[in-house]
Amino acid sequence: MKTLTEVVRLVGRVDQVELTHWVEVGWVTPERRERDEPAFSDLDIARVCLICDLRHDMAVEEETMPLVLSLLDQIYALRRQMKVLTGALRQQPDDVRNAILELLDQPRRGGTLGE
Amino acid sequence: MSDDLYATLGVGRDASQDDIKRAYRKLAKEMHPDLNPDKPEVGERFKQVTAAYDILSDPERRGRYDRGEIDASGQERPQYQYRDFAEDPEAGRYYTREGFGDEEQLHDFFEGLFGGRGTGRGFRVRGRGADVSYTLPVEFLEAAKGAKKRVTMPDGRTIDITIPPGVHDRQTLRLKGQGMPGFEGGQAGDAYVELQVQPHAFFERKDQNIHMDLPVSVPEAVLGGRIEVPTIDGPVTMTVPKGSNTGTTLRLRGRGVRDQKSGQRGDQYVRLQVALPKAQDAELEEFVRRWAGDHAYDPRADLRRSA
Repeated sequence: MKTLTEVVRLVGRVDQVELTHWVEVGWVTPERRERDEPAFSDLDIARVCLICDLRHDMAVEEETMPLVLSLLDQIYALRRQMKVLTGALRQQPDDVRNAILELLDQPRRGGTLGE
Repeated sequence: MSDDLYATLGVGRDASQDDIKRAYRKLAKEMHPDLNPDKPEVGERFKQVTAAYDILSDPERRGRYDRGEIDASGQERPQYQYRDFAEDPEAGRYYTREGFGDEEQLHDFFEGLFGGRGTGRGFRVRGRGADVSYTLPVEFLEAAKGAKKRVTMPDGRTIDITIPPGVHDRQTLRLKGQGMPGFEGGQAGDAYVELQVQPHAFFERKDQNIHMDLPVSVPEAVLGGRIEVPTIDGPVTMTVPKGSNTGTTLRLRGRGVRDQKSGQRGDQYVRLQVALPKAQDAELEEFVRRWAGDHAYDPRADLRRSA
């Protein structure tokens, strides 16, 4: 866990004022420690770097940021759910897995039509 | 030591390379240790200025510093890639901002995916059904002339498939809405039917043209005559010219397959094959022996010339 000052020093691309603002608007939500000091986990720090990329390098506007972050968060949420789902599928017996794989084969093989 | 190299040199982050060089020279003149022998703190400052100039004067390293890849001392910074963390359980607190964050919503999501368990709860996605592909064997003449085929789908439905005239082998027909049913009111997928055109006993197709070998008798070949020829539309009468031989190819214009685009029909090419009677014939043998006595000819002369 790192303090706001430590994160500013570590990331090197954001100053104290800007980072405090990001926390206030909720783009980063570090834990609150004693005396309400934010404590940043590695996840939070990585997110700060992501916001630096978006905001500084890609010049995403302040008003657009919530939309971009929300879309990214939805994608990661879906990816995580996909992983849970594939994990559940992996535990199924072979025939169930094969049946599902066959159905996922696009476009589906429907066999030969008869009269 | 200051973390901001730009502040150390007293320039803005948007300073040009020339600005940086000018700023450094100015500071170097003020701070050079040889000019300040009795002020060690100035020497220390000068070291920092030189270190800052070292990084900022190199556009590549300056870029890396600007992007946060290296810190003010030129050390590699630990790289934090959000995607490395974004699927950790801890990241869940960022998902909650927009819907499916918590476990209950996750559960509903999967239930929706699998059609639910009849709880009436949970979120459903309207979806288009999947496409399904089939193969369908088609007779040569059905493909050439077009046909309607009634087929039974795997789910028991019977549907009529119209085979347009002139389809070729492996051509795929798309049957809109005949794939898997959609779910939650979504439209059905499509069925793709790949045609497998079966070979014919004596017709052969090359694009829009039909080719065939046609046996003719010795008298028909030598004397000529009108003979009946099968076509994809039924038999037609064709004139064999006097003196035809095996390999003589005759064309029946417009008796081929209709081109799907232009609507023009191809031709039928009939390659003659002179056929002796099947049974041994003593009279023919006797006639040929007499005829050959003063009509010797060499059908292999061409072969020998080009060997």
